Amino acid sequence: MVTKIMSWFDERLPITATIERHLTKYPAPINMNIWYLAGFLLIVVLVIQLLSGIWLLMNYEPTAEGAFASIQYIMRDVQYGWMIRYMHTTGASAFFALIYLHMFRGMMYGSYQKPRELLWVVGWFTYLLLCALGFTGYVLPWGQMSFWAAQVIMSLFGSIPFIGEELLTWIRGDYLISGITLTRLFALHVVLLPLALIAVIFVHILALHEVGSNNPDGVDVKKFKDEDGVPLDTKPFFPYDIMHDLYAIGVFLIFFCFIMFFYPDGGGYVIEYVNYEPADNLKTPDHIVPSWYYTPYYAMLRAITFPLFGLSAKFLGFVVMAAGIAIFVALPWLDRSPVKSIRYKGVYSRFFLALFVLSFFVLGYLGSVAPSPIRTVLAQFFTFTYFAYFLLMPIYSKYEKCKPVPERVTLS
Amino acid sequence: MVQPKAPSNPGRRKFLINATSVVGAGAVAGAVVPFIGSWNPSAKAEAAGAPARADLSKLLPGEMMIVEWRGVPVYVVKHTQESMSVLDKNLSRLSDPDSLEDQQPDYARNELRSRKKGISVLTAVCTHLSCAPKFYPELGATDFDSDWQGGFFCPCHGSKFDLVGRVYAGVPAPTNLPIPPHYFQSEDILIIGEDGGAV
Repeated sequence: MVTKIMSWFDERLPITATIERHLTKYPAPINMNIWYLAGFLLIVVLVIQLLSGIWLLMNYEPTAEGAFASIQYIMRDVQYGWMIRYMHTTGASAFFALIYLHMFRGMMYGSYQKPRELLWVVGWFTYLLLCALGFTGYVLPWGQMSFWAAQVIMSLFGSIPFIGEELLTWIRGDYLISGITLTRLFALHVVLLPLALIAVIFVHILALHEVGSNNPDGVDVKKFKDEDGVPLDTKPFFPYDIMHDLYAIGVFLIFFCFIMFFYPDGGGYVIEYVNYEPADNLKTPDHIVPSWYYTPYYAMLRAITFPLFGLSAKFLGFVVMAAGIAIFVALPWLDRSPVKSIRYKGVYSRFFLALFVLSFFVLGYLGSVAPSPIRTVLAQFFTFTYFAYFLLMPIYSKYEKCKPVPERVTLS
Repeated sequence: MVQPKAPSNPGRRKFLINATSVVGAGAVAGAVVPFIGSWNPSAKAEAAGAPARADLSKLLPGEMMIVEWRGVPVYVVKHTQESMSVLDKNLSRLSDPDSLEDQQPDYARNELRSRKKGISVLTAVCTHLSCAPKFYPELGATDFDSDWQGGFFCPCHGSKFDLVGRVYAGVPAPTNLPIPPHYFQSEDILIIGEDGGAV
């Protein structure tokens, strides 16, 4: 009976074939480690964000007059409103923490190398969309930091030579950041950007399932297959991998709930204290800092204090900041190494990857504190080393001595 | 399967396909116009951007008042004799002491960067990242400068400007504080946002 019903459906919709292709027969390398959990957890966070976001939408008011008050209403009067909002703010930070881990995994194990270039590029677009979502979402509570963060970020477009001023007015829809700006960012945050994000993640997973997952050894698992054509060093994603992932969800949710329930502003990093004041366009907060996940790039922006080639320091800072985010997309073509995984790459690759991580963290710190002359010099230095990882890669990855790569995956 | 016949006149078919594509692309471009145009300031926003009026009769020398114009603060400062006399003390530390950059209307491109001697009208938006610089009229050492001659200090990223809005060298802000178009309707009535005809 069940088979009959199933085949009725399968003749009209490829249910069984899809489940097999993407779950029960999707070959996952057996040597995947803890780093491979981030991708799965990102999907979990996506679901958390969509649900909590839709529920926030039920009580939020997207106007300059009502936005701040409606957040207070959600926090105080709406049943469980505080929990849904903290879920969304914690989720935003979790989203970025996980995507940075996910990207680092890809950089470590060469997951961007052939044939996964497009997979990496599509993934980079999800990061870009996430940045846009983070920014637009941050403005919605219409607190002091919402307003001034929007002011700072949007004024960057005003620094573009020739068209800057007009472009800025066009983006804001006004001669200043106003309710008009708020409502358009709101529309982007709740409709356009999430739709685009879901579409791009869908393509990301399609691309992944076309080329197959990489693994910590960076070896091609499709080289050795059994008599049925199934790669030897893989196991079906469902149920084997899913079981690990479920365990990981449990551990992840413990951390998530700890922050959500006991530490929702995360020491001022998840929710900044200045944002507890309503937006005031005539009063600048003493110290404007972006959310922690943008601070490395904010440090780059501030590090450029000198004009060059007739371009203003501000515009150059904007360019460097944008380049810092954009340069990830070039990785597949910067890496000339015959080897994928950092396990078998040479000493230079290891050094520069470590330097990149160090630069990222130092810049992240510098971007979160007030500037001083010595900090500016430090930011300049680490902006340089950040880019050195990428721009010198064609040289050091080509000429270094790599270790021999095993034929098949290794299990420790 | 039935195969379509080869077109009897391939040149004509190609032309028709191209012509249709061009017209279609034109239609798409036309359809984009309202979506882009809709992001421009609305009539209401434009009306709200109208000139602001300020009465300076109660402003004493050494004092500053804030006038809101197009949502941004405009500082109006009435200088004292003393503060005007020290304006040239820090000239060497300024990055554009002669106001060469186009940050002011022509009638304010002078030593005091003002249309009326003794009154500075400055857009209080830091030319770095648009914070509002704070007014520090005191002379002498301050937390941020050992030889301060009065002026504005931006709390966001430490940019410094003198009392007439000229930027110090070596700070993140690239240019002097902009001077909005303005004119004096009468002795004490200042209109911000219009040049008042005669320039």
